[in-house]
Amino acid sequence: MGLELYLDLLSQPCRAVYIFAKKNNIPFEFKHVELFKGQHCRGEFGKMNILKKVPALKDGVLTLAESTAILLYLSWKYNTPDHWYPSDTQKRAQVDEYLSWHHTNIRGNAGKALWIKVLIPLFTGQTLPPEKLQEVMDELAISLKQFEEKFLQDKPFIVGSEISLADLMAIVELMQPIGVGCDIFEDRPKLSEWRNQVEEAVGKELFQEAHELILNIKELSNIQIDPQLKEHLAPVLRKMMK
Amino acid sequence: MVVELYLDLLSQPCRALFIFAKKNNIPFEFKHVELLKGQHLSEEFGKVNVLKKVPALKDGAFTLAESIAILLYLSRKFNTPDHWYPSDLQKRARVDEYLSWQHTTIREKGCQIFIIKVLVPLLIGQPFSPEKLEEAVKELNSVLNQFEEKFLQNKPFIVGNEISLADLMAIVELMEPVGCGCDIFENRPKLVEWRSRVEEAVGKELFQQAHEILL
Repeated sequence: MGLELYLDLLSQPCRAVYIFAKKNNIPFEFKHVELFKGQHCRGEFGKMNILKKVPALKDGVLTLAESTAILLYLSWKYNTPDHWYPSDTQKRAQVDEYLSWHHTNIRGNAGKALWIKVLIPLFTGQTLPPEKLQEVMDELAISLKQFEEKFLQDKPFIVGSEISLADLMAIVELMQPIGVGCDIFEDRPKLSEWRNQVEEAVGKELFQEAHELILNIKELSNIQIDPQLKEHLAPVLRKMMK
Repeated sequence: MVVELYLDLLSQPCRALFIFAKKNNIPFEFKHVELLKGQHLSEEFGKVNVLKKVPALKDGAFTLAESIAILLYLSRKFNTPDHWYPSDLQKRARVDEYLSWQHTTIREKGCQIFIIKVLVPLLIGQPFSPEKLEEAVKELNSVLNQFEEKFLQNKPFIVGNEISLADLMAIVELMEPVGCGCDIFENRPKLVEWRSRVEEAVGKELFQQAHEILL
């Protein structure tokens, strides 16, 4: 039995894993876990990954959650090109540094625009006032400033002159607000240039393929949300709406 | 020139680094950055870490932020024993999995308790809100359940039979609420046992030393 990757391309970390596997010609079976249908919360998937989140990996008896762990595992197992996770100790440390900071900064903030503009209305039937979106975008702006000043600086990529796991994790997050019309690259020429370089390094076709769902998210505005999922998420949504 | 570690032992990730470096006899210069005095916001420290957070490392011209990155860097540079970050791919993946998961769960919820019970009252001079604390404790309990069910299970440590970076990062975080009078180990015998094993593996004296300020 081969490698199985449990993914929903609406999810940023899933896109990172998908792009990485495809770019490196890693053979895998795409197991679609549809988040809107609540498929991550129950059934076989729920048993396999008790954290009930995507992405997840199954490789023989090994099951693994958390995109960072999955990406690193794949890079070692399939011996991917060095630039993804450089063997040079200092460069590797810089990738680790970004991957760690990412969780509570870019990842914490970039996804919220989608929640405010699309998901909360979809789940609760309520629209939020524009100030809520502004608040979220302001927080993201702070993270983006740190991203440009500390991690990108004047380099083509986060770590030197080639794409790494750091750039991959960053770009998939930053595409999330784009899907709902919040163009965070506008007025940020350095970030824009970096985005082009990352797309180029990944390959435009693969990049587009991975982002098709999120860039067309508005078409999903009539989708039926699984009622159990609504219930499951109710406390989280309430908190976000405060 | 030895490695410089910029630390305040009030901070959980700083304690992880301190313990790791000491335990592995890594020579370093302890650069005290007192958070409560706002020293992390100084221009001088800003040159070491523009994000103005501890811990931070300076190794010659090389500077590094983020405890996980620093721990991994030290483990590689000083060739620490394998169990800290196993070379076995599957075991290593398990450590990575925990280190990734903990940011927005154990770390976040543990910090919240410290912020609500200690920091906010200290900074604004008002007593803490019991409702907010109750909610924070509830959230922490929820992630502790996941910690026990998914990461610890019935194993002595998070990854197999020996302590790893995963246990180290977990224990320092879980000591934070204890330091504020919220004994999260109460009524959790499995967790208590795990804690004893981790303390034993680190060395009780070193563990106490690292946690002196907090406790």
